[in-house]
Amino acid sequence: MTEVVATNQTILVVGGGISGMTAALEAAEAGAQVVLVEKRPYLGGRTSQLYKYFPKLCHPTCGLEINQRRAKMNPNLTILTSAEVTGLEGEPGNYTATVKITPTYVNDNCTACGECAKAVEAEFDDEYNYGLSKRKGAYLPHVMAHPMKYVLDPRIIGTDDAQKAKDACKYDAIDLDMEEREINFPVGAVVWATGWQPYDAAKIQPYGYDRFENVISSVEFERMADPKGPTGGKIVRPSDGKEAKNVAFIQCAGSRDRNHLWHCSRICCMASLKQTHYVVDAYGDDAQVSIYYIDIRAIDRFEDFYARVKAMDNVKFIKSKVASITLNKENGNPVLNGVDTEGYHRYANEHDLVVLAIGMQPSVGMDEFPVEVSLNREGFIEPSEENGGVFPAGCAADALDVNRAVQSATGAALKAIQVVNRVAGAEG
Amino acid sequence: MSDLNTRMIEKYRNDFLKEVEANVEEGEWVKMCMQCGVCSGSCPLGKHWAHPPQEIFMMIRAGKREEVLTSDSMWMCTSCYNCIVRCPRELPITHIMHGLATYSKKLGLVPKGQPTATFAEIFWNNMMKKGRVNELKLGLSLYFKDGFGQGIKNAMANQKLGMSMMKAKRMSPAEFFGGHGIKDVGGLQKMIKKAQELEEARMKKFD
Repeated sequence: MTEVVATNQTILVVGGGISGMTAALEAAEAGAQVVLVEKRPYLGGRTSQLYKYFPKLCHPTCGLEINQRRAKMNPNLTILTSAEVTGLEGEPGNYTATVKITPTYVNDNCTACGECAKAVEAEFDDEYNYGLSKRKGAYLPHVMAHPMKYVLDPRIIGTDDAQKAKDACKYDAIDLDMEEREINFPVGAVVWATGWQPYDAAKIQPYGYDRFENVISSVEFERMADPKGPTGGKIVRPSDGKEAKNVAFIQCAGSRDRNHLWHCSRICCMASLKQTHYVVDAYGDDAQVSIYYIDIRAIDRFEDFYARVKAMDNVKFIKSKVASITLNKENGNPVLNGVDTEGYHRYANEHDLVVLAIGMQPSVGMDEFPVEVSLNREGFIEPSEENGGVFPAGCAADALDVNRAVQSATGAALKAIQVVNRVAGAEG
Repeated sequence: MSDLNTRMIEKYRNDFLKEVEANVEEGEWVKMCMQCGVCSGSCPLGKHWAHPPQEIFMMIRAGKREEVLTSDSMWMCTSCYNCIVRCPRELPITHIMHGLATYSKKLGLVPKGQPTATFAEIFWNNMMKKGRVNELKLGLSLYFKDGFGQGIKNAMANQKLGMSMMKAKRMSPAEFFGGHGIKDVGGLQKMIKKAQELEEARMKKFD
């Protein structure tokens, strides 16, 4: 297990998604000592769960690979995975961080050969695929996991499966006696990059996400489109596995709604426009895409992306917030009900599959922060003097796309470097 | 200015939004509507509205005074509150609809024979007489609102229901003669009259 050597000139980065990785690497490459703490057993966060990026429709695995290589090369960077910051006390230039490290029961001997997974029988919902598929109780979180190590699900510890996994390992990489431990170390400044989570779609009661199998969320659809995902990249209906050629996207599912999330989540319009490509790429002329929207917010320089999707013959834009979804019991089709704003026509449209362009909310709940920070109404961290030496980055600061999250992270890294440089200056 | 221009200005009064904000209950919310349409889609009686709420809001902003105030749309509202609950901007849509209906009534623009408006008027007059609603008389007034013949037909059709209500003491035939009321009816009537005067004085003139 990695030992942490840290001083009050060390920068702590909380969260190892795209923002945390960026902040940690930028700071480490600028010469600062950095400890990166990630809750999951691997780096990359939600970006690693994307199939393609907008606007270039390239694969996040590419950027992830570059970042992981930068991380491996850099001696200034210590990475703690399966670890959570549970406490942070002190002041800028002089904090003490408490980190809880959860056992994965696998040590650094692991070669990712996969024999343990073959031996284990128990299966659990695969978090990486948002529960759309199962994984073994011993598993590699995803094909590009960093660190490239298998993980034992704590639920198999104490069962026969745990012993089977241990017996199958030729490298003595499985240590069933591993225990949770808590460590303390000094840090000078903190970059808080805990990211986002999808809003709970079931809370949007009229859309029946929890009642209708063929109503899914955009993050699930993203996994479905991925050839490494639960359906091998096939866009199909969860209810019967039939090809989903007629797909509807519902925008602002949770966002811009005082009953749910007050803010605009910014990414969802572009995400649906991107996902429209997935459907059209899969089914060509047979594809039928309908996008139900209040207004399309193709943020940044992406208006041309919107214009190109709009020009497609098989894509319809319907200016209306869908009022409710009902079910055609005969064929399992969700039926979207509402009134459009361009002519006030009442509609009841059937689709094979409905994707809710789900909103973004901060991963860390308002009252879950282990440290005093200034939060806005939506739970994002506001830039404020009160935050001391804690600088928010990426989606902990606001609803951002990858591009802007990376910019935000670089900015946060710079601020953190200034704090530790002041400490260095004072101490000579 | 040409006659045509004057007529068009009269038709589309640009200050109608201001008028609604000043004189209609909760009218100041109208400008907050972002035209998502969830209210219209959520309304259980939606398809019976000539103009669903979202369209009414747009018409107000477009200055279609006459069309809005003479419309029977807002009279379709049954106060189920589905729209208020679902509105992403928390517009008090139900209240605005009632506000518009009240305002159109004050200006005498209600479409003739609109059943909800007729019922509201019968209910009001009934209640003002004694300070309590006389349900027997309310029911009878409703039966006979379209004439004596139709009234008899309505009464016969609902005979069984009426008898059951009397048996269950939900309605008393004695109410036909006078009926129960509050102690100081005159006081109530004075109070309401004063309130109406105050309301009248507060109303801004736009026409």
